[in-house]
Amino acid sequence: MLYPSQAVAKPYFIAAIALFAVQVLFGLIIGIQYVMINIPFITFATAKLIHTNLLIIWLLFGFMGAAYYIIPEESEQELYNPKLAVQLFWIFLALTIITTLGYLLLPYATFAKITGNQFFPTMGREYLEQPTIIKLGLFAVLCGFSYNIAMTVLHGRKTMINLLLLVGIVGSTIVFVFAFYNSSNLVLAKYYRWWLLHFWLEGTWELIMEAILAYVIFKITGDRAIVEKWLYIIVAVTLTTTVLGIGHHYYWIGVPEYWQWVGTIFSVFELLPFFFMVLFVFNVVNCTKCQYSNNAVKLWALSTPIMAFLGAGVLGFLHTLAPVNYYSHGTQITSAHGHLAFYSTYVMIVLTMISYAMPILRDHKVINDGIAQKFEILAFWLMTVAMSLMALFIAIAGIMQVYVQRATDLALPFIEIQNSMVVMFWLREIGGVVFFIGVIIYITNFFMVKKEYGTR
Amino acid sequence: MWQNLNHVKNTYLMKIKISTKPIYYSSLILFVLLLLGLTIHTTIVLPQLDHRENLTPQIIKGKMVWEEHNCIGCHTLLGEGAYFAPELSNVYKRRGGSQGGIYFIKAWLKAMPTNIPGRRQMPQFNLTEDELNALIAFLKWTSEINTSSWPPSEKG
Repeated sequence: MLYPSQAVAKPYFIAAIALFAVQVLFGLIIGIQYVMINIPFITFATAKLIHTNLLIIWLLFGFMGAAYYIIPEESEQELYNPKLAVQLFWIFLALTIITTLGYLLLPYATFAKITGNQFFPTMGREYLEQPTIIKLGLFAVLCGFSYNIAMTVLHGRKTMINLLLLVGIVGSTIVFVFAFYNSSNLVLAKYYRWWLLHFWLEGTWELIMEAILAYVIFKITGDRAIVEKWLYIIVAVTLTTTVLGIGHHYYWIGVPEYWQWVGTIFSVFELLPFFFMVLFVFNVVNCTKCQYSNNAVKLWALSTPIMAFLGAGVLGFLHTLAPVNYYSHGTQITSAHGHLAFYSTYVMIVLTMISYAMPILRDHKVINDGIAQKFEILAFWLMTVAMSLMALFIAIAGIMQVYVQRATDLALPFIEIQNSMVVMFWLREIGGVVFFIGVIIYITNFFMVKKEYGTR
Repeated sequence: MWQNLNHVKNTYLMKIKISTKPIYYSSLILFVLLLLGLTIHTTIVLPQLDHRENLTPQIIKGKMVWEEHNCIGCHTLLGEGAYFAPELSNVYKRRGGSQGGIYFIKAWLKAMPTNIPGRRQMPQFNLTEDELNALIAFLKWTSEINTSSWPPSEKG
């Protein structure tokens, strides 16, 4: 650690990992509800709400931690206001806990009433279920975070990595204003909801992911020039393809049909950034000079683009072609793609960053003991293989669902069709348990004292 | 050898960077303008597709009932939501349309949970008569949106 203020990243990473574990736990509850139907105390909708909301929240914690760690080092100066970063951490954590408890303990309608949703209705839309007040708080946290990062970058050395991170962070904050737009016209509400979700998940978050990946690769190889050149190509392709890529969310929500053409064409191009990321890591890591001892980081950093290419890239591309999407939209196939895409891009990049930064933040010296390394690598394989298999099982269920429900005229209602896929849901749940074991092992590796980290 | 190769790659990438910068910026601006243009066009023609002239205060209230009970926690609406329970954008038509769709959905909501073993259960939301009518009016309006004939099947 070069700058003491980088230490503010530590609580963010800890919160991210803790919330990750909770999120996966709620995923297991939902998975059980798919096969054993009635679980006392918690409804499917509540568990699903927590599963998806915590996902977004802990990834944000991870991004914030990554930014607080990377930015001082790249800008070659202390964080502009480390105190603000710590205060924002506690505010963000409090908002998260209040919201989660609200979901858990109150009926959703009561929660909406207490928080005054009727005066400014923004709740009850996928991923945007938080009460309006909480959204305001979240926006304030994002603004403070952007301010802190921007001031640090503007006062310090400017590199491609920290500028890109800054653009990603400020961009995320700006598009968050669409969370507050909820037209009483469902079509308009859906149209602009995607200006937040699409431009986060396939735009600004992707930029943040690329910046983190570039930073870690730079730390492994030590060659800034080549990293920045690749980064330029990747970012250029990301930004140009994502703008009209938004069309693939617009096929069936009531807008004109030309969006099917726009969305399909740009979905094809949206593969490119992931393709270049794969080329990038394989080109730069393939150098014999690099002596970097944290093998876990290498594994995470190399696998992230490959998995992202498969999960977000190829699977997303197949699923967002309009003629395919006509059948696959809103089925288990969407769920399969969602799982693999979120895991392979955002979960993996945050874990890459944590894997790189945590040993340094905890001031571990280089020790060639490696037992913690072995644990972390085991956790990596468990999580990655389990998630890939889960996505496979859900996708098979989805294909069965599409075939029976949409492609044939069998008079089976939805519920009967779902019951016929129960084997796949069981296999998925087993995958989920293995994934959770991976998470536990990942966490235990932090409690092993001897941990090596890389130096050049 | 690696060093040599890296050097070649380096200069090659440098060339790409310089030569593509104008293409990159101009295409980015072009695509942003296209997005804005298409959004303006969509906004202009949208009233013919979403039939907003039929939007009544009751339907708007129905949308709020829909949102405040987190229906997308299990169902999808126009394919967005959760995949645990059936698609509801066409439920009004599926359950009889003008030939009794209202009565079927109302009776259905009141009969929950069914407590049939082995069947996914929907909670009882204890909606008032007003809220029920509003919700069904909203679902009826939603079923009339022109969605390029999606969903592919009546089953959703």
